Amino acid sequence: MDLVATILVDGLIYAGWLFIVSVGLTLVFGVLNILNIAHGSLYAIGAYASASLVGLYFAAGGDAVPWGSYAALILAAVLVALVLGPLLERGLLRFFYGRDEVLNVLVTYAVFLILEDVMKLIWGVNPYFVYEPYTLLGDVEIGPLFYVGYDFAVIGAAIVVGLAVWLTLNRTKIGKIVLAVIHDSEMSETMGVNVPRIYLGAFMAGAFLAALGGALTAPMISVTPGLGVNVIIVAFAVVIIGGLGSVPGAAIGAVMVGISRAASVHLVPEAELFIIYFVMAIVLLFRPEGLFAKTQARKI
Amino acid sequence: MMRSNLLLSAFGAFAVLAAGSVILPDWAMFLFAMALAKGLVCLGIVGMMRGGLVSFGQGLYYCLGAYTATLVAGSFGVSDIFLLTLLSAGVCLLVGAAFGPLLANYRGIFFAMLSLALSMVLYGSLSKMSFIGGTDGLNIAAPTFLGWAPEGRPLQTALYIYVTALVVIAGTLMRIFFDSEQGLITLATRDNELRVEYLGASVRNVMSYTYVFGAVLGGIGGTIAVLALGHVDPEFAFWTTSGEFVFVAILAGYLSVPAVFVAAIILEMVRSFSNLYFPNTWQLALGIFLLAVIVMLPNGLGSLVRRRKEDAT
Repeated sequence: MDLVATILVDGLIYAGWLFIVSVGLTLVFGVLNILNIAHGSLYAIGAYASASLVGLYFAAGGDAVPWGSYAALILAAVLVALVLGPLLERGLLRFFYGRDEVLNVLVTYAVFLILEDVMKLIWGVNPYFVYEPYTLLGDVEIGPLFYVGYDFAVIGAAIVVGLAVWLTLNRTKIGKIVLAVIHDSEMSETMGVNVPRIYLGAFMAGAFLAALGGALTAPMISVTPGLGVNVIIVAFAVVIIGGLGSVPGAAIGAVMVGISRAASVHLVPEAELFIIYFVMAIVLLFRPEGLFAKTQARKI
Repeated sequence: MMRSNLLLSAFGAFAVLAAGSVILPDWAMFLFAMALAKGLVCLGIVGMMRGGLVSFGQGLYYCLGAYTATLVAGSFGVSDIFLLTLLSAGVCLLVGAAFGPLLANYRGIFFAMLSLALSMVLYGSLSKMSFIGGTDGLNIAAPTFLGWAPEGRPLQTALYIYVTALVVIAGTLMRIFFDSEQGLITLATRDNELRVEYLGASVRNVMSYTYVFGAVLGGIGGTIAVLALGHVDPEFAFWTTSGEFVFVAILAGYLSVPAVFVAAIILEMVRSFSNLYFPNTWQLALGIFLLAVIVMLPNGLGSLVRRRKEDAT
């Protein structure tokens, strides 16, 4: 019984983290039709930026109000989105809209390679540690098990992010416009929608979510080069399982991957890395376009 | 006429490449041997690219071939390079034939991601199998050539000539396949899959063939690479390794076979020189290079040759 509870809790914590990273990826794909490998770099940059900013915060006497470090984490993600979002979308990606999907994956792969080294140039190759925000929330006791409160805060953040994205898309005017652009961008343009601005906004939102994922993770780990390489591939698995472009799909995908990984860690530790892609391969076998994707007619 | 031209250019290519074994210094010969081995893997991707599919997981077969050779050499004491190549190619043929018909149902991004997932499954499994080295990988002894066991420079030379011969054979076969009925169906699929099916051809079959072809080439490339390096680890199947193969395929384009090997050599040279002169920014250089190719040469190096031919006529 304890084992089941452990697997569930561990799985949900991992799923919460995964969802924050993946929902941005799926949003960007939904609107721009680009599967963005550089999402992993934005994640890593978010982690670095938050490590620097939290470091600065405590260096500037933040010890008096340690809670302010959470604001620093979020601010870091906002900064990354504000700087890199327009730079990548306006400066590069907009020239590739409507081109082949796989070619666009390669364009973002090139960006990923470039950003990997840019990060090394800015932050060097030594690890960064920001443990303060991690310890602030104390421990949580579930039956005989102890968890760090921060881990649950990540689940909370994931729920907030998920609700915010879903409500914005489905319950606000701007969301309706975004959905219209996803459905048919040319038709939306004739109706007076400023499509380039929607693209930019969606990409910045995606960049923010990637960076937020990184920023929230930074306190739990040591921030080192190569952080984005593994994240992006797991996030791919999640969005492909859920169906590209689907927010509820990303949530289901994250939970499936999270729980199966936790189960594997506790039951068959050898299969930890294997299981994520195995789940993805199985889902694609039965639902070739993911769980929540709309089946599209083939065009002649 | 076509065939004799092809044979002539194959012999010419082999003569030019083999001449390298006399002229090239040791380091360059190693670099070329590695580049050509990886070129074989990329040739498989180019074969699929002609049908509009890009495999982001060719590292699967590269790694599988390398591990097959290493394990066979380690457990059964087989060191003959011909036997090792055949065995790896055989294993990859079987695995490719199992996955090929399955993957042939997928298109575009789903094909790319599913092939990537398969290679990551192998990566994940190998990393955790401590009895075959885990993430540290395994070493393999130097190969023998039908009983001859060279060392030092002769070994390098023999390996280089061997991979050169394989490249010429594989390149020639690929060209013949490209110009065959099935190969032309692959090319037509790139333009419009549905029309090809209405005309009565099976897209699924040709895609399976090209996939299996790519698998075998990947296995052979992996075998040569591990014999040249003397070491294999799960990184062979990691997605960034596959990414580099795709990079070469994009640089080469789907029009020309020799372009694949030229592209592979260019990448290997860019990598070693950047490693030497700016070790911390070589990925940056690679990324900019890739973007430049996508923007300026969307059909790859092969299109340069094509363009000149068309201008001439």
